[in-house]
Amino acid sequence: MVRGILAKKVGMTRIFAEDGSVIPVTVLEAGPCTVVQKKTVDKDGYNAVQLGFLPQKKSRVSKPLLGHFEKAGTPCFYHLKEFKVQDIDAIEVGQQITVDLFKPGERVTITGKTKGRGFAGVIKRHGFKRGPETHGSRNHRRPKSIGCCEFPGRVIKGKRMPGHYGNETITVKNLKVVDVRPESNLLLVKGAVPGSRNSLVIIKKVG
Amino acid sequence: MQRIQMIEKEHMRMDLPEIKPGYTVKVHQRISEEGKERIQVFQGVVIKVRGSGTNATFTVRKISYGVGVEKIFPFCAPTIEKVEVVSKARVRRAKLYYLRQLRGKAARLKEIRR
Repeated sequence: MVRGILAKKVGMTRIFAEDGSVIPVTVLEAGPCTVVQKKTVDKDGYNAVQLGFLPQKKSRVSKPLLGHFEKAGTPCFYHLKEFKVQDIDAIEVGQQITVDLFKPGERVTITGKTKGRGFAGVIKRHGFKRGPETHGSRNHRRPKSIGCCEFPGRVIKGKRMPGHYGNETITVKNLKVVDVRPESNLLLVKGAVPGSRNSLVIIKKVG
Repeated sequence: MQRIQMIEKEHMRMDLPEIKPGYTVKVHQRISEEGKERIQVFQGVVIKVRGSGTNATFTVRKISYGVGVEKIFPFCAPTIEKVEVVSKARVRRAKLYYLRQLRGKAARLKEIRR
C-alpha cells in the first residue's frame, strides 16, 4: 500500500463542527496519481513507487521523460515523486492512487514549498520586535546590536539577521484530516499548509 | 475557487432572515453548560455585517445593566436556533460604530415606516 499522495493546494475556508465550533480547513486536490515506475530491492536497492500527478500534453514533455512514460504505458505528468513502500508486490505500474487512502480523523504530514518573500528584514523573518516609531527614534525596523565588543570580537555563528526568506521546503506534521471526498478528489485538512494556491504538496500518512 | 464555494455551500444557512445594519434582532443561541443545553436570547442592534460565505458574521450591540455589550455571531453557526427581526431602522452607514459613543435618547435609530 502506498502511504502518500501528491496534491495541489486549492485554498482555505472555514467549516462548522456539530457542536458549533469553527474548524479552519485547507482544501487540497489530492490525486488521482498513477504509478509510473516501481523500484525494487533487487534492482534499485530499495522499495518505492514513482507517482505521476496532473496529466500533461505529450508535446510539452522532454524526450527522455517521454520515453520513461511510454515505457510505463501511462499518460505524461507534470509532477513525478517517489514514495517508499513496504509491500511492493501488491502494486502494479499504471495503478491509480486516490484520496480514499485517507480517512477522516487520521493524522497526516504535509510537505510543501513556502511562498517566497525575497530579502526580508529581521521583523518579518525572525519575528523580532520593532523599535519606537517616534520620540526621536531612528531605530524603526533595525536588528540593533548583534554582539559584544572586544570579547568575543566577532559575531556569533547562527545570529539571526536579515536575508532571504521563504521559498523553502517546509514539513508540517500531525495535521488532522477533517473530510475526504473521493468523488471530487478533495481532502480537507485542519490548519494551514505551506505554499500558495495551486502549489504542489506531498501528503503522507503519519507512522 | 468554485470548489471552495461548493464546500462552503454545504455549511451555509439559508433559513435566517435578512440581517442588515440598523436592524434590531433577537438572536436565539443554543448554549451547553455542564452537559445541559439551554437557549440564550440576545437582543440588540446590528452594528456590523462583514465577510462572505461561511466566513460572514454580524455584530449585535446592546446595553446590559448600563454596560455596552457586543456579540459577534457567524451567519452559518449551527448554534444559532433562530433570529427574529424586531424592528428595522433606516441608517446611512454600513458600520454603526458611532453608536458606541452615544447613550440613551441619542442612541435611538429612525424606524422604517411601511
